[in-house]
Parts: sequence; C-alpha cells; structure tokens
Amino acid sequence: MASENSSPSSTGTSATANAQSGAWEVVIGLEIHAQLATSSKIFSAASTAFGAEPNTQACAVDLGLPGVLPVLNREAVRMAVCFALATDAEIGRRSVFARKNYFYPDLPKGYQISQMALPIVGRGKVEIVLEDGQKKSIGLTRAHLEEDAGKSLHDEFNDMTGIDLNRAGTPLLEIVSEPDLRSAAEAVAYARKIHALVRYIGICDGNMQEGSFRCDANVSLRRWGQQELGTRTEVKNVNSFRFLERAIEFEIERQADVLESGQAVIQETRLYDADRDETRSMRSKEEANDYRYFPDPDLLPVEIDDEYIESLRAGLPELPDARAQRYREDYALSDYDAGVLTSDRATADYFEAVVTDGRVSPKLANNWLAGEVFARLNRDNLELADSPVDASALAGLLIRIEDNTISGKIAKQLLDDMWAGKGSADDLIEAGGLRQITDTGALESMIDAVIEENPGQVAEYRAGKDKLLGFFVGKAMKASQGKANPAQLNELLRQKLKP
Amino acid sequence: MSLTPEEVEKIAHLARLGVDDAELAEYAGELSKVLGLVELMNAAETEGIEPMAHPGHASNRLRDDLVTESDKRELLQQAAPAVEKGLFLVPKVIE
Repeated sequence: MASENSSPSSTGTSATANAQSGAWEVVIGLEIHAQLATSSKIFSAASTAFGAEPNTQACAVDLGLPGVLPVLNREAVRMAVCFALATDAEIGRRSVFARKNYFYPDLPKGYQISQMALPIVGRGKVEIVLEDGQKKSIGLTRAHLEEDAGKSLHDEFNDMTGIDLNRAGTPLLEIVSEPDLRSAAEAVAYARKIHALVRYIGICDGNMQEGSFRCDANVSLRRWGQQELGTRTEVKNVNSFRFLERAIEFEIERQADVLESGQAVIQETRLYDADRDETRSMRSKEEANDYRYFPDPDLLPVEIDDEYIESLRAGLPELPDARAQRYREDYALSDYDAGVLTSDRATADYFEAVVTDGRVSPKLANNWLAGEVFARLNRDNLELADSPVDASALAGLLIRIEDNTISGKIAKQLLDDMWAGKGSADDLIEAGGLRQITDTGALESMIDAVIEENPGQVAEYRAGKDKLLGFFVGKAMKASQGKANPAQLNELLRQKLKP
Repeated sequence: MSLTPEEVEKIAHLARLGVDDAELAEYAGELSKVLGLVELMNAAETEGIEPMAHPGHASNRLRDDLVTESDKRELLQQAAPAVEKGLFLVPKVIE
C-alpha cells in the first residue's frame, strides 16, 4: 500500500451556523432556471452559443417580427423529459405552452412563451444530505419549458438602454421546489444537487457566471408550530452557491428584525448585492404582476407517449445517488468520498478510469484525485476535462506507488513534471533514475553512515527517546534522495538502532 | 358580471392601450357582455371532457436541433429607429 495519504480537499458549504433566528422557523423554496444545452433556440433555428457579437444570433422569430411562427425544438423536449426521469417526477403527457404577457424592451413580442397550467414536468423529488449526514427528501413542485429574454445594457449609453437579443429564445427549464428547505445551507445543498443532476444528464452546462444556471430564493419566516406560511420575499441576482447562501442568510436576519420590531414583511423582489453583502428592494413595479396567461395559439399541445419515455429512460446515465452507493459498496469508500467523487460526472468517470483494471486501489485513486489533482486544477483554474494529466496517465503513476517502484513523495514530484508535459510516469522514473531503493544492502550502508555521523542522537534514542526515530528516517531518506522505501527504511533503522 | 370603468382602465394600461374617458364606459359595457358569454359557457356541463388547449385537435410538430439561421443583423436592424455597436437602442429603462 501507499505510504502517502493526502487528505481529500474540503468542499462546499461554509460552516456558518444556520440562522434559525430563535423564534422563527425559516421556510425557503427555490426557483432554478437551467439553460438547456441545445445548439439552437427553443422556437427558432438561431444559435444559442454564448459570447457572440450583439444581435448576431437573433433571427426574425427571436425578434418577434410580424408573420413569424415558433416551432418547438425536439431536443428541448427530450431534455425536459430526461430531467423528469432523473427526479422521479410525473411527466406531463400533454403539456401546453402559454403566453406570459408583460412589457419590457428585452422581450420583443410583449410576451414570453412559457407553460402554466400544464407543465411538461410535474411533481418530483430529490434527496439532499444535510450537514449532520442526515438525508432529506425535497419535493419538486414542477418544471416547465420556456424561452429566455434578451439582455438590457443600462450603463453603456447616456440616456438610452442598449438591447442585445442573442439570448432571447434560449431554452430554459424552470425548476420549482416545494417550500421544503429550512436553512440557507439546505437551500445550497438542494441547488448543488440539481446542479449536479442537470450536468450529469447533460441537459445544462451549469455555468453560473454565464447565467446558464440561475437561482431565485423565496424566503419567509413563521413562528414555530404555525401552519400558514409567512409573507415571502423573492431574492434574485445570485450567481454562485456562496452568494446564494449569504443572500439567504442576510434575508433571514432582515426579516427577523422586521418581524421582531412589530412590522410586517412586504412581499417583494429583492436583489442581492454581492459587494455590500445585502439584499435590496427592487423599485417596485408600477403595477402588481398581472401576466394574463393564456394558451399560445401558435403552438399545439406537446404529446409524449410511453414508448418515447421508455426510450429515454433506457439511455439515462447512472445517476449520482446510485453511483455513490455503488462506490460505497464496491470500492469501500466513505459516504463523504463517494459523495465528492460522484457529485460531478466528469470526476466520477475519471475516477473509474483510474481504478478500472484493478491495479490501483480505490482509496489511493480517491486520495490522489480529490487531493493532488484537484489542488493543481484549482491552482491553474482548470476543469478536470482540461487536466494535463488524464486518467490513464494518473493510473500509470499510481501503479508505480502500488508496486513500490516509487514512494508517494517522489510521485508528487513526478505529478508536477507530468503536469508540465514532461512525459509519462514510467519515462520520468527511467530518465531520472528514481526507482525506489529496495536493495537492503544499499539501504544498510546509508543507515550505517547516518548512525556514524550522529552519535549523540543514537545515544539518546537508545536511552529511550523513541521519537528520535523520525530524525533518523529523515536523514536516511535524504541520503537516498527520497528513493528509499519508507516502510523498509523504518524497519532497518529500528533493527540497527537497537541497543 | 360587469366591469367598472376603473377595471377597464387597468386592463388597457396592462395592454399599453390609450383609452379616453368617453371610451371607458363603452368598453366596460362591451367587455361585460363578453364576460357574460363566458359565464354562460361556464354553466355548461364539462365533467369528463378533456380541456381544449387549441382548436386544431392535433399535437405539436417538432423540429430537429439544428442551427440554420445565419447572422442577418444588418438587414434586421434596418427597421430599428436607433442602433449603436450592434445594439438596439431604446429610451432609458430604469428598474
């Protein structure tokens, strides 16, 4: 077995205590807008690629010019149904698109095509793991297909607003949770779970900075034991999990202060300001929302049959929960390790590729992937897919630890060289003469030299100062230029130092 | 059910329609008649009848996920009153 064990990198949710605010029970529901990873828009054949020049991907349909008609993208439907299958949700066998009417310059038609009474995904559920390790099932109310709006740029021109309609018509799946979440930490765990799921099944790239995965939180407080929900506020403009947690924490404190001072919470939309770490009321719209939904006469109902559903079910990848369970059972990994490895599909695929032929133990593979590889990816701001050391290259290195060719310490240096593109583990071991010294004779002569040079410490050790063994190990390891087998070195030293 | 002139004013505002005071009363009468018709239909027995979303009695046709639209920004922006740096310009919208 390996001599080196690096601890897995710590992840995710901050250790901030849940702001339960004493007298108040916190109730949170999330609305997540996941941008579907289609090539073309939901109702037009314009591209959805991010970052194009303004309005170069906005066609006549996206601009809502007279006479155009929407035609639904097959892939958007498939992705929505896959989401339903992954969350054990009801599937709307007959779903209907509706017009949500409001006026804003980045919504050219004067309405957004969405779904209201008959969404494509009905009630479902996902399981989250709480900080204490307990599992909790979170209900999904629904998920529906809709089109995104364009972007308004308020700051670039003096007294005009610039409109870029490239994003108009991009397919979104709006995923609405039940108000089952009871703290900011639970809300983040849930959002992370949905994030992992949509990436797993390949329906959303999950990029929060680019707005592909957006979370709005409905937050309210009520007295413990009270049945009816308190007045809620909707917190928007949160583009990372950390901000989601902080925005909710702030909002909980703010509402508690309002209620405890005897005032009432006003139902409103609030924007999170990351720089000030606070939420602010959006200047209330002049009218209360009155969207006057009605079925869109341009689109017929979408019908989904069993055959189609079963064909998609058969093509679903193994989902994170099932995969984590398999890792615990087949690889004897801890809950924590299995959870980290399976939270992201690319990570799990990489891990499995390392252990696939059985020459690298799962524990060693986990330690190196979650520790050494992730540390270097974070340092270089890279995704695993772009790692300079792929799974087979890492396996090549770890096999040499397993068969005692090199020590873990040497392996870390080799990983740096491999990272820099200097060659494979075996090439580097050969070229650098790094093969671990297991020849007892060679080790003994090094040890003899160390003992010779340090008579004082030898005497102290023999007089009972056991912890000096480490001193000798260090000296001898240095003499071997790190190439001694640590276990063997320890054993030989113990023998030689015996009084 | 009958609508008041105030309700008509609100509906007109939501639809961004300019309606003057003289027209308000007239529209209130006409829209109330439409609602009366809806009430009449509400009284019909619909137990066991699937709600109709579209009179076409067909289901939606889907298109393959292919990008076939090329950039026609120059053409499409010819009709816009103001354009700069590829953006459509509109009067300042303050949230």
